[in-house]
Amino acid sequence: MINLNVDVLVIGCGPAGLAAAISAKKNGAKNVLILDRNTWLGGILPQCIHDGFGVEETGSSMTGTEYAEMYINEAEKNDISFMNETMVLEFNKKRQITAVNKNGLHKINAGSIVLAMGCREKTRWNAMIAGGRPSGIFTAGVAQAFINLYNIMIGKNVVVLGSGDVGLIMARRLKFEGANVLGVVEIFPYASGLPRNVVQCLDDYDIPLFLNHTVTYIKGKERLESVTIAQVDKDLKVLPGSERKINCDTLLLSLGLIPENELSKGVGIVLDTVTEGPVVDQNYETSLSGVFACGNCLHVYDTVDVLSVDAKIAGKNAALFNSNQKFLFNKEINIRPGKGVSYVVPQKINCPGKTSLKFRVKTPEERPRIRCTLKNDDIYEKRLAYANPANMIVIDIDISSNMLQSDGILEVSIDD
Amino acid sequence: MTEKKQITCIVCPLGCKIMVDIKGDKVDVLSGNKCKKGVNYAIYEALDPRRVLTTSVLVEDGEWPLVSVKSSRPVPKNKIFDVLKEIRKVKIKAPVKIGRTIIMDVAGTGIDIISTKSIKKCL
Repeated sequence: MINLNVDVLVIGCGPAGLAAAISAKKNGAKNVLILDRNTWLGGILPQCIHDGFGVEETGSSMTGTEYAEMYINEAEKNDISFMNETMVLEFNKKRQITAVNKNGLHKINAGSIVLAMGCREKTRWNAMIAGGRPSGIFTAGVAQAFINLYNIMIGKNVVVLGSGDVGLIMARRLKFEGANVLGVVEIFPYASGLPRNVVQCLDDYDIPLFLNHTVTYIKGKERLESVTIAQVDKDLKVLPGSERKINCDTLLLSLGLIPENELSKGVGIVLDTVTEGPVVDQNYETSLSGVFACGNCLHVYDTVDVLSVDAKIAGKNAALFNSNQKFLFNKEINIRPGKGVSYVVPQKINCPGKTSLKFRVKTPEERPRIRCTLKNDDIYEKRLAYANPANMIVIDIDISSNMLQSDGILEVSIDD
Repeated sequence: MTEKKQITCIVCPLGCKIMVDIKGDKVDVLSGNKCKKGVNYAIYEALDPRRVLTTSVLVEDGEWPLVSVKSSRPVPKNKIFDVLKEIRKVKIKAPVKIGRTIIMDVAGTGIDIISTKSIKKCL
């Protein structure tokens, strides 16, 4: 058994873990260690060779790979320690982590912990698609790794199910590599990826987007032979007679992402049933004192820019937790999604001051009015040009100590 | 002759819907853009659409078989597949540093192809 003591332990070395670790170090933590199960640093970024990263953060557009190197260099400059190929098995309420790697079992005592485990892709079994079990069915991110990291082409005639960003980006990537991309099938009446990706990945290459459609059947024994697609009604039920067979050898699934929280669940951290990530306060502290959460294991972000900004707040507070610079208030406000809003992060506020709230609307809205109410009092109002479920909305609200004393529920809703 | 057209901006994740009025080789940006970058994008998009091209180049003796690359400037849309064809012919030796010019003046466009990743030599 190898015993270690650190001030701040970060689990996961993707963009969130890197940003949190750098911020913890800059805010006074002496000893910051990142653990990651992969052989490389940067998480998913090394396979994100497309550009569009860092626009909001730095003003210039970088590729995912460039963004990763920028953060890895910064982390190395700040003397952050890394342990690769290291799997965290569990941690307990006293913040003792059990991890394993080639050198053996590690017991690590951490002053504070930052959770940055990222997320996983939904699979065919999340969508319950009937049919055979041939080869040729990939989640979009796995296909991205095959093509961009390992130089392995995955097929010739491709159908993409789900219009998430990774699916759209992979449709273009496959086209570049000579594949025939037959179409992107989306069950909702709108694309779930960002508007810029619909334009530059599908429209640019005349790849059809079948809205209000889904895949109902997968045919093939050894290799995929065809998929059946069908139109759905507004309750997402298949319209009988609308089925149509598309011959293809490859099906890509871009069905959305699930925050990875096995470790959080193991120690009893409270999760939000909508985001599937931990319930956090404005400092990104979870229900377990001294354990902070950031990145896609907290909730799935649209862009790495906003993710990094939040991860830095989590890292800073993880550092401050160690130096006991935490102000404790006995009161807290709980935040809840109201009409038209699917979720809000953070879920509670226990300190007065400016807090930025992140949330998503349920359906696309023209000129929606955002309203925040606290115990039936309006405390915030803003009209937007439009709102789209694919674009996370960020608002800054000011919480006074009086508001905090109310012990009420803050509701974020959409009004027309 | 004028033509009104809606352009979805791709500069940032917001995706502003920008209305433009195209009069021959002149473009008036009418509405919809939230920032200045949108004006520039909409004018280009209406007259001479271009995209930053990202793909990868084969690497020999590297810790990975590929290095990711990008175009130094946005490539005219109708040249993208010509440029990809040129890039596919190239193979370089590890190690590769990020920011290195891999191909100069690719496919006669005056645009360079630059590495966006560092690849160490395989030990």
